[in-house]
Amino acid sequence: MTSIAKPQIPLLPLERNQLGLTIRDYSGSMSTLCAGCGHDSVTAAIQEALWGLSIPPYQVAKLSGIGCSSKTPQYFDSAAVGFNSVHGRMAAVASGAAAANRGLVVVGVSGDGDSLSIGLGNLAHAIRRNVRMLYVIANNGVYGLTKGQFSASADIGSRSRKGEPNLLPPVDPMLLGLSLGATFLARGFSGDKAQLVPILKAGLSHGGFALVDVISPCVQFNDHEGSTKSFRYVREHELQDIDADIIPVRGQIHSEQTPGSLTEVELHDGSRVLFRAVPEGYDPTDRVRVGSYLVESARQGEIATGLLYLDETTPDMHQVSATTEERLWDLPFQRLCPGSAELAKFQARLR
Amino acid sequence: MAKVQLPEAPSRARVNEFAIKLANVNGTGSASTNNLLMQTIFRMGVPVSGKNLFPSNIQGLPTWYEVRVSQSGHTARTSSFDLMVAMNGQTYQQDIAEVASGGYLVYDDSWPLDQEMRRPDITFLGAPLAQLCAQRFATVKERILMKNVATAGLVAALLALPVDELSKQLVAAYSRRPQLLEDNQAALQLGYQYALENFSCPLPFHVEQMGAPDGRILIDGNTAVALGAVFAGATVGAWYPITPATSVMENFIRLCAQYRRHPGPDGREVNDYLILQAEDELAALGIVVGASWAGARAFTSTSGPGLSLMQELLGLAYYTEVPAVVVDVQRAGPSTGMPTRVQQADLLSAAFASHGDTRHILLFPSDPSECFRHTVQAFDLAERFQTPVLVMSDLDIGMNDWEVPELTWDDSYRPDRGRLLGPEELERLEHFWRYGDPDPEWTTPRAVPGETPLAGHLVRGSGHDFRAVYTERPDEYQEVVDRLLRKHRAAAEHLPPPVVELREGAPFGVITMGSCDLAVREALEELPGPSPSYLRITGYPFPPAVAEFIDAHPHCYVVEQNRDGQLRSLLLIDTGVGGERLRPVLSYGGLPITASFIQDRILEQESSK
Repeated sequence: MTSIAKPQIPLLPLERNQLGLTIRDYSGSMSTLCAGCGHDSVTAAIQEALWGLSIPPYQVAKLSGIGCSSKTPQYFDSAAVGFNSVHGRMAAVASGAAAANRGLVVVGVSGDGDSLSIGLGNLAHAIRRNVRMLYVIANNGVYGLTKGQFSASADIGSRSRKGEPNLLPPVDPMLLGLSLGATFLARGFSGDKAQLVPILKAGLSHGGFALVDVISPCVQFNDHEGSTKSFRYVREHELQDIDADIIPVRGQIHSEQTPGSLTEVELHDGSRVLFRAVPEGYDPTDRVRVGSYLVESARQGEIATGLLYLDETTPDMHQVSATTEERLWDLPFQRLCPGSAELAKFQARLR
Repeated sequence: MAKVQLPEAPSRARVNEFAIKLANVNGTGSASTNNLLMQTIFRMGVPVSGKNLFPSNIQGLPTWYEVRVSQSGHTARTSSFDLMVAMNGQTYQQDIAEVASGGYLVYDDSWPLDQEMRRPDITFLGAPLAQLCAQRFATVKERILMKNVATAGLVAALLALPVDELSKQLVAAYSRRPQLLEDNQAALQLGYQYALENFSCPLPFHVEQMGAPDGRILIDGNTAVALGAVFAGATVGAWYPITPATSVMENFIRLCAQYRRHPGPDGREVNDYLILQAEDELAALGIVVGASWAGARAFTSTSGPGLSLMQELLGLAYYTEVPAVVVDVQRAGPSTGMPTRVQQADLLSAAFASHGDTRHILLFPSDPSECFRHTVQAFDLAERFQTPVLVMSDLDIGMNDWEVPELTWDDSYRPDRGRLLGPEELERLEHFWRYGDPDPEWTTPRAVPGETPLAGHLVRGSGHDFRAVYTERPDEYQEVVDRLLRKHRAAAEHLPPPVVELREGAPFGVITMGSCDLAVREALEELPGPSPSYLRITGYPFPPAVAEFIDAHPHCYVVEQNRDGQLRSLLLIDTGVGGERLRPVLSYGGLPITASFIQDRILEQESSK
């Protein structure tokens, strides 16, 4: 549940997914974020994506760091076990959880401060490890809980509520991810759920680290004239050239429209991503072209959104490590402990 | 060359009771000499210890290896050497000064020794090892490497070590490289024969066979920790390389490859483990906390600087009640300190790691055998008490070979997973509250992600009530933190029991921990007057026996290897005893503590009262 209390008895019967669950079965407690906060829309989109893919709610492990965005795991999927960890370390904690149990659907929610400042190192290396998880950055360019300092994603010249310009260049998680070998890069806008939900679904079906940067305006501290992360600015400058659909293998309710797709990529779980429309010469599997497109659009002052880059061929953390397909955490002890006879044998050469 | 006549020195004619030191340049392969000698003496059934004093450097700086042979079992470090094998011109001065009066010094007389350096009270034995190797071996690299083996041969002759045994070890090491083996054997004989022909061998102090080392092994603490982690069923390891802890995880990697690999469905090898070399220690512990939260037995190994970085996550694990095992192989601090020197100086920062009111469980192994057992126990304690457990090893235990009784394993052992509830158990509960329904030891039910809708909850490092729900209410907050304190106290009874040796009429007690054990025991044996009582603390929180021991003596000496008396501070904080009752004996120069240091400090303070 997000910021608005829903009637106990719905006006219309709620749609059910393949598990027979409604969207409400994926809800959490009432949000305590500010009214109109972009993050609540992100929460709602995550909830819808989980529901739409018919992922059993308890199979999700939700994690976050510290900040406004990191409060949101409380607001979706109450049936899941979650971990609101410490500032900047969610990527590491999530890596550990994914290591222990490869059956988990790991969903991490973070912010621009949590991911691009204090946690940049941990994020970078979780990308390199290609941990299989959905990693959402609710990106508003500002520190909300401490009342309005610029974050590392603030654009040069973007103004604070008091009118001071930001002087330092922004960290763009998409360009960062490209340089680190990320395998799934997407950018959405909290004000555009129709685009965001399919992106999140694709991220959840991806066989590696799915980084989704969601521009999510802060209504309190960064939604004014002069800010480049305001609702209006993003609406006016959003570039939606890259149009992709996901055809999930599970939980499909409506067949999504896919006329004239240019590129098709099959995801880890057999779902397919169909790129319906992309700019001339754009190839969402070509790191170099995606990079130049992102740099060029940023130079034009535009915010490129969509599923920007996809690589389904790079092995994930477990594949690289040749880990057993079983879950590590509850492997039978007999298989893990070599036993006294082996200990004696081992010590033969220490005698 | 005329045979050097060795002076009669009956006072030093001590069979199986002496110490030697080998001075070398690091990065030249001298470790092979050290191992050959150490192994051979060990196999002759004589108690022996080896201390590797190495620089934080790859090549070119001085390095020493100290071997103490003691049939009476006194194998703590000593600072008095009967034989110095001085193979490093840079350190001649210091090395010559360290030889005990009446002792011997071997040097390479391929180059002349400055006459001014000579001491009249010790015997100089010159051997042209570099020349001999230059004649026998073609390349510079070979000459440098083989000089070490020749040195081993020379020392073997001086100490009456069976050269066949050394030779056998070379066969074992190089059986697959015949050329290298041949070179090694030749070099061994070069040194051995030279000594026999030119010196009166053996020296008055030397080694005599004492029987086979039955039931004993030679092992370093870091290998033992890694074995413990494998046997305890750890499946996730995360780490960042740091001296002197690096070989913990390197051994874990090696052992897992040996014991935890099997053919998968497609015939390719799959691993029943996952080890991640993290980007820093923050991430290493973050990974461990995440993996433990998701149910795995996970651990990390580190040293002082890494422990500093882990503080925040230790606080997180403490407050969210997630198990975590951290092995801290302590080195000399503060800051970077001396990475290749030993201290026990992380005690306070480990006991109270992280801001806010935190207290952690610490274990103090005293040798590699306890490293093995304590590591296994650390996993049980961490899961039972749902909290971090720190195994406080140190560089001396971790990186030196120690002679210990063969490790044993009880095949009926099963991991203690504490109150980790599965779907069926959750089904039987009316409500699952993560921090509710404490048991008599104040632990609460725990559930991992991914199992059942009945387990839904969100743990957090922010203020929470018994349901794990965010709170800022004083009563709800205090309920949780008060329980954490009680839980920590309850753990005391489950730690390895302290070693208490009360002596009738003891004038005082001596308290210590960890790697000080052997040196303290040796010091106490040789103290004049009635025997003091002995207490070796094995863990924190302290069980009641610790305060009882202090109460039973007018005063106690607390022997430890740090500047500030950290164990003493912890005792003062937790037992409420007055400061004057606990007298510090502190060794913190970075070299392992010696018995003579402890004796001197105790006698000094006893005589000044």
